[in-house]
Amino acid sequence: MNLSVNIAGVTLKNPVTVASGTFGSGMEYGEFVDLNRLGAVTTKGVANVPWPGNATPRIAETCGGMMNAIGLQNPGLRVFKERDLKFLADYDTKIIVNVCGRSKEDYIDAVEQLADTNADLLEINISCPNVKEGGIAFGQNPKMAEEITAAVKKVAKQPVIMKLSPNVTDITEMARAVEAGGADAVSLINTLTGMKIDVERRTFAVANKTGGLSGPAIKPVAVRMVYQVANAIKLPIIGMGGIRTAEDALEFLMVGASAVAVGTANFVNPYATLEVIDGIAAYMGRHGIQDINELIGCVK
Amino acid sequence: MSKKEQVKALITKQECMTGEIFEMRIKAESIAAEAKAGQFVSLYCKEGGRLLPRPISICGIDKEKGELRLVYRIAGEGTREFSKMQAGDEITVTGPLGNGFMTEDLKDGMHAVLLGGGIGIPPMLELAKVLPGEKTIVLGYRDADTFLAKEFEAYGKVLIASDNGAVGVKGNVVDAMKAEGVKGDLFFACGPKPMLRGIKEYAAAQGARAQLSLEERMACGIGACLACVCKTTKVDEHSQVNNTRICKEGPVFYAEDIEL
Repeated sequence: MNLSVNIAGVTLKNPVTVASGTFGSGMEYGEFVDLNRLGAVTTKGVANVPWPGNATPRIAETCGGMMNAIGLQNPGLRVFKERDLKFLADYDTKIIVNVCGRSKEDYIDAVEQLADTNADLLEINISCPNVKEGGIAFGQNPKMAEEITAAVKKVAKQPVIMKLSPNVTDITEMARAVEAGGADAVSLINTLTGMKIDVERRTFAVANKTGGLSGPAIKPVAVRMVYQVANAIKLPIIGMGGIRTAEDALEFLMVGASAVAVGTANFVNPYATLEVIDGIAAYMGRHGIQDINELIGCVK
Repeated sequence: MSKKEQVKALITKQECMTGEIFEMRIKAESIAAEAKAGQFVSLYCKEGGRLLPRPISICGIDKEKGELRLVYRIAGEGTREFSKMQAGDEITVTGPLGNGFMTEDLKDGMHAVLLGGGIGIPPMLELAKVLPGEKTIVLGYRDADTFLAKEFEAYGKVLIASDNGAVGVKGNVVDAMKAEGVKGDLFFACGPKPMLRGIKEYAAAQGARAQLSLEERMACGIGACLACVCKTTKVDEHSQVNNTRICKEGPVFYAEDIEL
């Protein structure tokens, strides 16, 4: 049985990775799961310099989901390279480094700093709804998205995945823009911008006022968007948004994702990634599927 | 660092102590074996719409029986769901989480002051049990519902404060310490932030160190999501900014290391 998939020339031993920001760099979840079993570890967004993130409270639970406004707190690339990338070097899994920035120069600096490292793929975060400058500005304007993609591609030594925001009128327009900019793959969806009010305290449930909604509640939106993007562009897709079971993951694969990411489910069940991998293999066994690639995009 | 695990635990006791304060005992041998005073566990709801675990402090550890005693307040729908579970039910739990109190700081002959406010009282009971030597224990309540207070009497001199003055000194634990002129060489505390601020100041005035246990909304509970941070006075080694993870580096911190 073949579970391996290909993303922009990089072979993942299985199609399961994690959504950036839900798994750190794997150190903490490594106490629960064998990281060697993952197709790839996608690290929490890292910038050229450390970012302090937003005020607390940074999260709030919603029915079937959660909102977060962490604000991309990260230790900066210098420490990330010395510590997190070194840690991951000991594992037989692919490394997808999620890169964030406030300006084009930030992204270029970060991508250049990653050139000589063991990162296998770069995921460029142009879709975080929780930081004021940069980030989402690039993710909601097709012209800027194309520009930033081209600028990053110019300096990147690894294949580039552009992470798309669902907070747009037409996600296929953004997908076409990053494809035109030279992206090697896309990942979607990032969180949906939401708001929750704490009625007892008569204030916002998260300090940032708005937060990114994730979890099972957003899965149908994510599946729909992956389907649309798969029909709009030729690039491989990493699908995510509310995946917690193998069946969830299979939905994404069947509408055209070549790989999937488990996100919020990690908080609920630290073993979720492994259960998804085992569940996909069990499904293939049950249905006599020899190669996972037969399932990718099988629902037209 | 203690080994963490997520297990299905059997509830062996569930009882309302007073008002919205409940006591739950769970059989979770592997977690009880590793647990120490000041650590916490994550409890999960069965209701599928409530995804995130609820961090609950550990009130008692029975290594022989492999049981944990959890005393919690109904603070929302999740904890309300827990309160309706019965002995014999199963509950998913991850733990032990965090680092607990630095009990090794208490040297021979030192006098410890243990302070708990509201739902910050339960973790102080296990600490009172394991800390050697003479101790003063100061407990702050909302009103006359002084849950757990009797049990503390076995471990030291107990002073009580209540917000409405129904029992003990009117005010919080700092008011009670001032009223009684409490002195100590080492302070341990868990409770609301204003109370912790007062204790930080009170201990500093005596030239004593204080260990403060913090609370914040959490998602993963293990240090990955960076939801539950607090401000630090120095750049934190892990985050490289003035933020530290309450669930991972804490929940107990030296007062001088954090901004309250």
